Amino acid sequence: MAGSNPNAKPMNLTLKVWRQKNRNSEGKIVDYQVKDISPDMSFLEMLDVLNEDLLHRGEEPVAFDHDCREGICGSCNLFINGRAHGPEKGTTTCQLHMRKFSDGDTITIEPWRANSFPVNKDLSVDRSAFDRIIQAGGYISINTGGTPDANEIPIPKEISDRAFEAATCIGCGACVAACKNASAMLFVSAKVSQLALLPQGHVERKSRVENMVAQMDKEGFGACTNIGSCAAECPVGISLENIAILNREFLAAKATSNNLS
Amino acid sequence: MFPDSKIPDGPIAEKWDKHKFDVKLVNPANKRKYDIIVVGTGLAGASAAASLAELGYNVKAFSFHDSPRRAHSIAAQGGINAAKNYQNDGDSVFRLFYDTVKGGDYRSREANVYRLAQVSVNIIDQCVAQGVPFAREYGGLLANRSFGGAQVSRTFYARGQTGQQLLLGAYSALSRQIAYGKVKMYTRSEMLDLVVVDGKARGIVTRNLITGDIETHAAHAVILATGGYGNVFYLSTNAKYCNVTAAWRAHKKGAFFANPCFTQIHPTCIPVSGDYQSKLTLMSESLRNDGRVWVPKEKATAERLRKGEIRVADIKEADRDYFLERKYPAFGNLVPRDVASRNAKMMCDEGRGVGSTGLAVYLDFADSIKRNGADWVAAKYGNLFEMYEKITGENPYELPMRIYPAVHYTMGGLWVDYNLQTTVPGLYAAGECNFSDHGANRLGASALMQGLADGYFVIPYTIGDYLAKTPPTPVTTQDPAFAEAEAGVRARIDKLMSINGTRTPTEFHKALGHIMWEYCGMARTAEGLRHAKAEIQKLKREFWSDLKVVGVNADLNQTLESAGRVADFLELGELMVDDALDRNESCGGHFREEYQTPEGEALRNDDDYAYVAAWEYQGENQPERLNKEELHFENVKLTQRSYK
Repeated sequence: MAGSNPNAKPMNLTLKVWRQKNRNSEGKIVDYQVKDISPDMSFLEMLDVLNEDLLHRGEEPVAFDHDCREGICGSCNLFINGRAHGPEKGTTTCQLHMRKFSDGDTITIEPWRANSFPVNKDLSVDRSAFDRIIQAGGYISINTGGTPDANEIPIPKEISDRAFEAATCIGCGACVAACKNASAMLFVSAKVSQLALLPQGHVERKSRVENMVAQMDKEGFGACTNIGSCAAECPVGISLENIAILNREFLAAKATSNNLS
Repeated sequence: MFPDSKIPDGPIAEKWDKHKFDVKLVNPANKRKYDIIVVGTGLAGASAAASLAELGYNVKAFSFHDSPRRAHSIAAQGGINAAKNYQNDGDSVFRLFYDTVKGGDYRSREANVYRLAQVSVNIIDQCVAQGVPFAREYGGLLANRSFGGAQVSRTFYARGQTGQQLLLGAYSALSRQIAYGKVKMYTRSEMLDLVVVDGKARGIVTRNLITGDIETHAAHAVILATGGYGNVFYLSTNAKYCNVTAAWRAHKKGAFFANPCFTQIHPTCIPVSGDYQSKLTLMSESLRNDGRVWVPKEKATAERLRKGEIRVADIKEADRDYFLERKYPAFGNLVPRDVASRNAKMMCDEGRGVGSTGLAVYLDFADSIKRNGADWVAAKYGNLFEMYEKITGENPYELPMRIYPAVHYTMGGLWVDYNLQTTVPGLYAAGECNFSDHGANRLGASALMQGLADGYFVIPYTIGDYLAKTPPTPVTTQDPAFAEAEAGVRARIDKLMSINGTRTPTEFHKALGHIMWEYCGMARTAEGLRHAKAEIQKLKREFWSDLKVVGVNADLNQTLESAGRVADFLELGELMVDDALDRNESCGGHFREEYQTPEGEALRNDDDYAYVAAWEYQGENQPERLNKEELHFENVKLTQRSYK
């Protein structure tokens, strides 16, 4: 199925799509046919074709989250043929193009599956647990104004680049969806690493990792068993190394905690 | 009489400091007695919400996304300008101010732009302190690059993901205030109306996008930070959900809409590949630092290329026209966006365009790769090259990129005074949704600067002046104006749901986009604009009689959401056309074919059009009234903009 074939002709496909009315109802897979799909279409444009077709037939379109359609906002989140964001490595659903599929394919499309990400409707899930983890400590506690000159603290380029790599997480949740334990460790560790690497983040590094991990557990995400599916399926290549950094930060924090309560 | 723009007296360099001293303050103990609504949590909204909460105000923040981190600010690639002069290359606050006013083709307000340049330096300090990982040099200090419309390197960047890093910084500050309970965050909530009580903004009506619940919220002041309206063109580099609804509803409640026809067409986007296309993807302007823009010299060569009879490599150096370098030797490939876009269009109009449609020019990195190596190019632009390959299936390290202009940013927006207050007292507008700083054309890397300037460093001061004059008594949604606004919202939803016609919101949106792009896009004529106006009015009638929406309101209903937004775009589109018709000159992104120099450059008319066109709503299907704010230039000399 995979493999680029830029000269491919329009395709006809069978879609098996998860339909679920709302958070409290049961869902099921429904089959749809789509015709004349151009290989140059994005995966979401293919779903647009399906939805326009459904609308014309008086049926409700398939709800799915998306926005920027250029791989950066982290909204899109489809589980395609059993893989987070589909078959192409390092790609969000919106950047996946139909040239990766072939005429006659059957494609199964599901939402992220995790207790901490309840389904809103069809393919749209609630990822507010991620926001609450950030609220627990994913920041540097400074107010607007009164900050030192930006060049006052030089930061080695290698360190800054590593912090940047960790900071590129788009918060899509593919790591959770790909993990058999539905663990959020890659997401949490990316933020912990970014701020632990930078001198500006050192002041709160202990309380940050303790509080973020506590919130992660509270949200019901599973434990990390170091399988690495998260990093393998991450569309922006967040490295597994971040989880090692988180674990070191967490141990160090627990051993020398400032948290006296 | 036109509302006062409230520009402070005194020399330009002293206005902001003087104003900060002159504005009234709210004492620290009283701040917690004031509620402020912030709509939109992109760069401007998140930074404003966080900063106001830090000061002690109670903030309610609204986003139609599932998280504030998704706002389209996140997609900004290239960088953020600041007058730090870290490169010792002659930059200064005055030079950034000067470049911005000139780049805006002298249609912005001097005092606002000067303030923007002043606070730009604070933004960088703020973001670094938040942990924003800007690019650095080996010595550990911050790196800069150059951008269009400037001859100094003042752009700070985080690879090609600067907007993402800055938004996540603002989001982290916002998250901290949410955790403290000083900001109450409402996600998946769309503002559908503004509530005005006794002539002052007092609240909003929202729809919960998951449940369909219509809610009302009251506050002492309302800030709109709801972004731009580029999606009126259907195809643009904006995210799919970007829309004008919040700003437009505010406009219909009394906020003037300024310079709606000033839209920016970005020169370096991936060309359209088919009619299924749902959006366009930008390739950062920073690429023009190292990429060279060209088309074949001869039309016949371009034709053979399009037919696939020859390949790019077959075209000899001497047969290539690096048209920007040829026409603008001083700025070369780094001319401002409007100039670069218009020239690309001219080449394609001459029949020298490339790609299967002929609507593209090349952006070629071969020289840079030869000079610096592919690794160097990859380190600088790697993610952009990957994105290009994913979308087009072509490898830009081997083949030149194909690019074409696309709608990217809207300089027009809600009219605001120096305090960023609209013509509705208590209603403020920040970021792209106001018209404030970019005149008729925005320079690259200035959108991020403006959004964060407004949110971190302007509104937190200026809103205090308004609140200090407002009694700190609790506000409620008891006033009949709330029930009335809510009823209006419900009635409109019922109407959209009950038309039961045959055409989808997307079909209407595409039709509108086609009209706007053809007649109110890169080049405009009076005749074309008059034709467009009639076409839009016809489309609007069809929309309200033939729209098809299925499902119910009390549910996640993305078709209904889209229908409401398209309805507002239809009204805005007509106003844009009126504005473009009124402006009998060419300036910045507004190019009227009737008004050009013999060389085909934009021909301004400063005697008659050095004003901000601020449109005032007059009721359903009534022509809007034009109010003019005269622009005075005391520090920048008006010249024919030249980048030669």
